[in-house]
Amino acid sequence: MSTDEVQRVGEVVEASTTDFVAQCYELYQTPPLGSLVKTMDLTVELYGIVYNATTTSIEPGRRPIARGRDEASDDEIYRSNPQLLKLLRSEFSALVVGHRQGDILYRYLPPKPARIHSFVYLCSTEEVKEFSQSFDFLNMLINTHLPVSTDELVAACLRQMSQAYEDRHAFLVAAGKELAILLGGEFNQLKSILGRIRQ
Amino acid sequence: MNQENIQRLGIVVSGSLNKGVEVRLDSSASVEDMVVGRYVTIEGQKRRFFGMITDVSLGVIDQKLTLTPPDVSNPFIAEVIAGTATYGTLHILPMLTISGDVASLIEGPQPVKTVPSHFSTVNLASDRDIELVFGKEDKERFWIGNPLDMETKLCLSMEKLVERSSGVFGKSGTGKTFFTRQLLIGTLQKGKAANLIFDMNSEYGWESTSEQGRNVKALKQLFPSRVAVFTLDEESSRRRRVSTDFVVRIGYDEIEPEDMVLLRQTLNLTEPAVEAVYQIYRRFGRNWLQEASELKDPDQIKELLKELGIHESTYQNLQRGLATIRRLPFLLPHSPDNAVSCVLDYLDRGINVVLEFGRYKDVASYVLVANLLTRRIYAQYQKRTEKAMAEDTVKPQPLVITIEEAHKFLNPEVASQTIFGTIAREMRKYNVTLLVIDQRPSGIDEEVMSQIGTKIAFLLDNERDIDSVLAGVSGKGELKSVLAKLASKQQALIFGHAVPMPVAFQPREYGSAESYKHFIPSAETEIEKQAEKDIEELWG
Ligand SMILES: Nc1ncnc2c1ncn2[C@@H]1O[C@H](COP(=O)(O)OP(=O)(O)OP(=O)(O)O)[C@@H](O)[C@H]1O
Ligand SMILES: [Mg+2]
Repeated sequence: MSTDEVQRVGEVVEASTTDFVAQCYELYQTPPLGSLVKTMDLTVELYGIVYNATTTSIEPGRRPIARGRDEASDDEIYRSNPQLLKLLRSEFSALVVGHRQGDILYRYLPPKPARIHSFVYLCSTEEVKEFSQSFDFLNMLINTHLPVSTDELVAACLRQMSQAYEDRHAFLVAAGKELAILLGGEFNQLKSILGRIRQ
Repeated sequence: MNQENIQRLGIVVSGSLNKGVEVRLDSSASVEDMVVGRYVTIEGQKRRFFGMITDVSLGVIDQKLTLTPPDVSNPFIAEVIAGTATYGTLHILPMLTISGDVASLIEGPQPVKTVPSHFSTVNLASDRDIELVFGKEDKERFWIGNPLDMETKLCLSMEKLVERSSGVFGKSGTGKTFFTRQLLIGTLQKGKAANLIFDMNSEYGWESTSEQGRNVKALKQLFPSRVAVFTLDEESSRRRRVSTDFVVRIGYDEIEPEDMVLLRQTLNLTEPAVEAVYQIYRRFGRNWLQEASELKDPDQIKELLKELGIHESTYQNLQRGLATIRRLPFLLPHSPDNAVSCVLDYLDRGINVVLEFGRYKDVASYVLVANLLTRRIYAQYQKRTEKAMAEDTVKPQPLVITIEEAHKFLNPEVASQTIFGTIAREMRKYNVTLLVIDQRPSGIDEEVMSQIGTKIAFLLDNERDIDSVLAGVSGKGELKSVLAKLASKQQALIFGHAVPMPVAFQPREYGSAESYKHFIPSAETEIEKQAEKDIEELWG
């Protein structure tokens, strides 16, 4: 598959069976919360949903110090301290929600985690559409314990995906129905998610 | 099969053969479109089931929803929760299997003996399904109306209908008479039986007025060459410009004690008075009424009473009753002609007979005449059938006798003693069946009701009437709810012998110039021309 039109957003720096962390090449250039990303090794393409992003100091334990007292704007800080861009890094974490082997798309975990230094790409509209043909991934999002609130993540993810569709409303209604079934008795949670995706 | 026409409703989620199955509605199907009485097909794994919606209900996944209802004013939320967190369920009574197994391929729809498996798809029945179950309009089947909320023609096999007695029940003004007229036209059209109609209110032979005040034609006007109108009241018929074929008069000697049993209540007779009739009859034979009327001499009377052991007060009671009868204008000591043989003569020629009562529609006249004629006509049929069986020749053509106010003949008190009770119970042994029409079916003897093969029930609002109509029917509870929801006019439920399963339907429109055309088969062009002429005359 050609990767020319898809946008490269980072490189895997930490990986486990259920998720991977990628570092961005440019500071602050993390993909939006809830977007669908992919990474590949020789035979398998892994799909993940971005659930968290951080920007921290490169050296663990060394926290940046405030530098703007004499500057007119915060942009000025970066201009007068060009080394800062080298001392900080932006990273994002993605939950693995499926993989592709050969031509077949599986919406469950791959046999092996991602390889370190594999490139990570933002999925194209076509890929998002293909992946969201089934809402199986919603179950994984709901049932994994993550540092961000599930409601926020699910809502963000559906908002992102809906942009791939001409009829966003129909897509969101279908997803909402799937959620209503998945959440069964937890009507309050359903209400909270629906409140975050309605237009 | 035409895929576009299939409208999916949902899937089977639970159920039992006795109680029917629960179907969870798809979110795309609105509960508000589901009406009790509609037909559905269920695609089981091995066979297709045909059933009827008998209840519709609402469910929620989480009871909390009913306490803090979601904001359905937001269309998005409303759309999402419809069919998921909140859903509709249908209660469906499977009634037939319509394909799949060998038996139903060869013999048509079969009664259900099992339920469809879990999660079988449920669709709204298509026109074709209905046709598969009830049959198409053809040589034998007559189009009687359309199933509620469907455009399909509902057809009824006239041959099956006349095989057993049938009944049309419903409150006043629901359309019994209008529908019965159509049924009679059906038997005429399909030529499956000869009809004898006791037309209490003079509505079947010739024109009468509908509730909307419009003139409605009847049998003789549509089928002039195949219907004869007999009348008890020549004057009334003449006034209404009915072309009558025969004026019925009854001789005293034609009245038998059995007739008096039927009239006991109407004439206010005591039990002993009826008993006395039998005694007088034994003494004088056929001329009993004449003889009893001529008794004037007190000594003679005393002697007779003593001889027969009849009490004086009983005799007084009886005489008062007999005086009422003698006052009936169509009763003569000796009738110049024989009404029974005349009726038989017409019936034998394949001509249907309508007997109008004109002004004499009091209970006494109606009961007396209908019972008396029927008894003797039936005796003839009995003789002929027995003869045909002995000689192995053709039995007489089936005869259908139509009576309004059937409970007068068939109430528990008299049913065992009257000819109508006998006909109902003997079923079609002698090729004679009844078509009974009644507003109060609970007034009819239970055993007789159970022998009525095909029942057509219009709206009934008395619990006892509903129970008596549905007694012994499987799925009674469900049918009850269908029956209770019928409109107050021109909607009915038909079930029993002549239909493979119960069906709620709307009878065909009857009474407009256009409607008559459809009731006359095109083969009978001559009659059609006549009817067209009539129509033109009537409507200009
Ligand atoms: N099939 C029909 N086509 C047109 N009008 C109808 C039809 N059925 C019923 N009606 C209307 O309803 C009115 C009452 O119908 P009908 O006389 O048959 O009632 P019924 O049940 O015989 O009442 P009752 O018990 O009082 O004799 C008719 O006058 C007519 O206006
Ligand atoms: Mg009537």
